[in-house]
This record gives sequence, C-alpha cells and structure tokens, in this order.
Amino acid sequence: MTPRRRDPLPGFGLSLGVTLLWLLGLVLIPLLALLLRPLELGPAGFWHSVTEPRVLAALRLSFLGALAAAAATVPPGLLVAWVLVRYRFPGRRLLDGMVDLPFALPTAVAGLALTALYAPNGWLGAPLAALGLKVAYTPLGVVLAMAFVGLPFIVRTVEPVLRDLPREAEEAAATLGASRAQTLWRVVLPALAPALLAGFAMAAARAIGEYGSVIFIAGNMPMVSEIAPLLIVVRLEQFDYAGAAAVGVAMLALSFLLLLALNLVQRLWRRA
Amino acid sequence: MTPSTTEPRGLRWLLILLAALLLGVFLLLPLAAVFTEALRRGWPPMWQALSDPDALAAIRLTLLVAAIAVPVNTLGGLAGAWCIARYRFPGRALLLALIELPFSVSPVVSGLVWVLLFGAHGWFGPWLEARGLQIIFAVPGLVLATLFVTFPFVARTLVPLMQEQGREAEEAAATLGASGWQSFRRVTLPGIRWALLSGVLLCNARAMGEFGAVSVVSGHIRGETNTMPLHVEILYNEYQFVGAFAVAALLALLALVTLGAKALVERGTARGAAA
Repeated sequence: MTPRRRDPLPGFGLSLGVTLLWLLGLVLIPLLALLLRPLELGPAGFWHSVTEPRVLAALRLSFLGALAAAAATVPPGLLVAWVLVRYRFPGRRLLDGMVDLPFALPTAVAGLALTALYAPNGWLGAPLAALGLKVAYTPLGVVLAMAFVGLPFIVRTVEPVLRDLPREAEEAAATLGASRAQTLWRVVLPALAPALLAGFAMAAARAIGEYGSVIFIAGNMPMVSEIAPLLIVVRLEQFDYAGAAAVGVAMLALSFLLLLALNLVQRLWRRA
Repeated sequence: MTPSTTEPRGLRWLLILLAALLLGVFLLLPLAAVFTEALRRGWPPMWQALSDPDALAAIRLTLLVAAIAVPVNTLGGLAGAWCIARYRFPGRALLLALIELPFSVSPVVSGLVWVLLFGAHGWFGPWLEARGLQIIFAVPGLVLATLFVTFPFVARTLVPLMQEQGREAEEAAATLGASGWQSFRRVTLPGIRWALLSGVLLCNARAMGEFGAVSVVSGHIRGETNTMPLHVEILYNEYQFVGAFAVAALLALLALVTLGAKALVERGTARGAAA
C-alpha cells in the first residue's frame, strides 16, 4: 500500500524524516568522507598507496586469513547447530547461550584472553608449542582470533534453516533405502548449503575488518602478521589521512567483491 | 519418528559431547583465562586495579558514552523500523540495507571516518579549531564512533518482528480515534517491548565494549578519553597484566550479564507468543 493522504496510519513523514536524518548524519556523510578523501592522491597515487608491499601484505593477511577462518568454522559451526536443533539433552540451553559469547564479549577482552591462552606459556599454547606449533604472534594466531569471532555467524544462520527443514524428505530417502549417511550427504547437506554459504560470507566479512580480537595475538610484525586495519591506525598516527582512507576503501572494496562473488555462487547453485 | 531419520544413540551422544568439548575449549576456556589471570595474585591487587583513579575515570567515561549513544540509536532505530515495517515506499529495501551497512564496516574504519570529518586535517577540522571546538581526541568523537558501530542493532531486531505483526492493530486504533502517540504507546510498544529490550541490550554491550572505533578517535589520554576497553590495552602494553585482566574481567562480566538478560528476554518473548 502506498502511503497516500488517506493512509489511516499517521507518522510516515515524521518517521522517514527522522530515519533519513539519523542515517545521513551518522553513516552516509562519514562514509562519503572516506570515499572522497583518497581522491586527492589521484588514481596513480591511490594505486601506489594501496600496493605498497607492506599494505599489500596486510591486505592479503586480512583477506585470506578471513577466508581461511570462515572456512575453518564451517564444520564445527554445522556440528554445533545440528546438535542444538536435532538433539534434546541436559545443558542444551547453556550450550546455546555459549554460542553467542563472541558476539557479546568486547573484542579487546577476546584478544587478551586468546593471547593469554595461546601464548607459549599459556594453557593451550604450552602443549601446542611442545608439538612444535606456534600460535600466538603468528598468522595462525590471526586466523584463530578471526575464527573465534566468526563461529556464531555459522551456527546462527544454519540453525533456523535446519529447524524448518521438513523431516519428510529424510524419511522418504530412508524409505527408499538410503543409508543415514547417504541421506545426510545427499538430502540434508544440499538443503543447508545456502545457509552455510551465507554464514561463511558473514563470518568472512566480519573477519576482514576485525581489529580488537586480532591485534593482541597477532604480534603485528610488518609483512608477516600485520592486519590491514592496523595499517590504517599506523597511517593516521603519521597524519596521512588520505593514505589511511585509501586502505579503508581497499578493505571495503575487497569485502564488497567477496560478497558479490558469494552471491553469484548462490545464484548459480539455484539455477543448477 | 522412524529410527532411520535419526542417528544411533551412541553416535548422538558422541556428537553432543564433541560439540560441548568444542565450545568449551574454543569459547569458554578464553573466558576462564581472563578471570584466572585477573585473580592470579588474589583479590586485593585486582580490587586495587579496579579502584585506581584512572580505571574509575575509564568506567565513568564508558558509562557516559553508552548513556548518550544507546538512546540516540534506540530512537533512530524505532523510527527506522516504523517506516520500513509499516509503510511501502520505493527504496525501502535500500533503506534497510543502508541501516545495516555499519555492520560490514571495519571498526577501525568506523573511527577513521570521523577523523576524516573532524580531525585536525579533516573537512571541518580547521573550522572547528578556529572556534576552539574539539571533537577528535575528545568525548564527542568517542560518542560519534560508538554511534556508528552500534547504529543497526535496534532497527535490525525490530524490523522482522514488526513486519510479521503487520499494521492492522495500529490501523484499528487510528480508526477508533487514537492519536499517533497513543497508538504507539498502547498498541505498538506492548507488542515489541521484548524485542526492543533485546536490541537495546545488544546495542549497549557493543557500546560499552567497543575498541577499534574508539581507539582511533580517542587519543588515549588517561583519565580523560580512555574508555574501559582502551584502558585494558594501555595496562596490557605497560605489562600491568593483573590490572589489564581485572578491567577485562569486568567487561567480560558485562558480556555474561548481557547474555543472561538476553536469554531471559527471549524466554519472555516465547511466553508472550504462547499467551
């Protein structure tokens, strides 16, 4: 229904006006400043600014690390969602509440906690170090922190889809002689695939820009374990506003491309 | 349910155990590490770290910033959810996408945008400086950065619920002669109060815990522009580990309280739906 003069519900003009003012002032104008600032560098200067080896290494770590972290959280996320939806057991509510912990925990606290845990003398870091695996202050630590913040995205996107999945399809497959494993692989997993992909996209998008949980455990060695958001901070400290904005724009462009690509995959799937 | 559409009992328990172990090690152990590190030398040093004047100033500042940012984004979110869920107009989907945009922006970029506007070399920096106004490296900058990162929470929790509810009840109220305000207070608000509360809780948790965005605009002036998460970082970088983890434990407690309250609210919603 289009709002006309006779719309019985009052308040359209007022609420839309307030919303636009709120959105424009707090989000759109600030983001416009981000997009326009690198213009002063010129196209060549912008390119030079975002392809500097140190920047390139940081962008690569943030982007590839985010993809790796999101991919690594898919199997455990699926397992947790499956157990929470399909099984009834004592403590289920508690387990369910725990899933949201990374959402609620301030990122700096998560960063500190993971560092303490995985440092060479930490509860988990010490045994892992004995196995020759160094986690804290390496790119692996970066991926671990990104996976920590990404896990709830997978669980929370898969859960509702799994809950609404009709049991009839599984029953039909079983009746037709499929083993349980075949049913899960051929019937359940394909039905969950779009949700898994959506969760993957959200986890990866969050991880690309992640800062607080990562910088403590990363060690922040230039060219090795330095993430892109940290370079923005470094450039701002040198009052290089345009350079900082250029990194910000590059990060936004990368997330945008990622979401676009995943969207395309989803569309191709639906056609297949 | 035929036995063939579920897993054998043994496998079921194995999967449950595996999920519990996974969440325990991956999510719960870090939380336990925070409290253990905070209490490493017992209660007195932790207490001392929390009652340090700089820590108290950080707590006060965090509360102040949240007390400004949360109400603003609650009102904006209510207005946004109202026009998106109650009316149809061209650009509605775009409006919702734009409201959710801050979620996909890096926290550091969320702070950077304000520096680009109001920093010393920003668009309005010189103008502000000439008038002796300071936004960046001052409290207004912290508030603006927090407003940006917590922007979508309330609208995002309200829109799906209000869309599902439809507009019949409010239309009926309007037909019966209720004013817009009356209809909002007596019809809309009771229907959305639990979701609203849940959105406000999440918004508040993020506002008090935000690190990246405020770190960029703060300038890290002790006792003046240091929020709790920033205070954690400063103490940590100065190797004052007990102090850092003590403040971190306080923030973790806030997260746990938020999760608990959210669980209660969700139970309230379920009961409301059942009634």
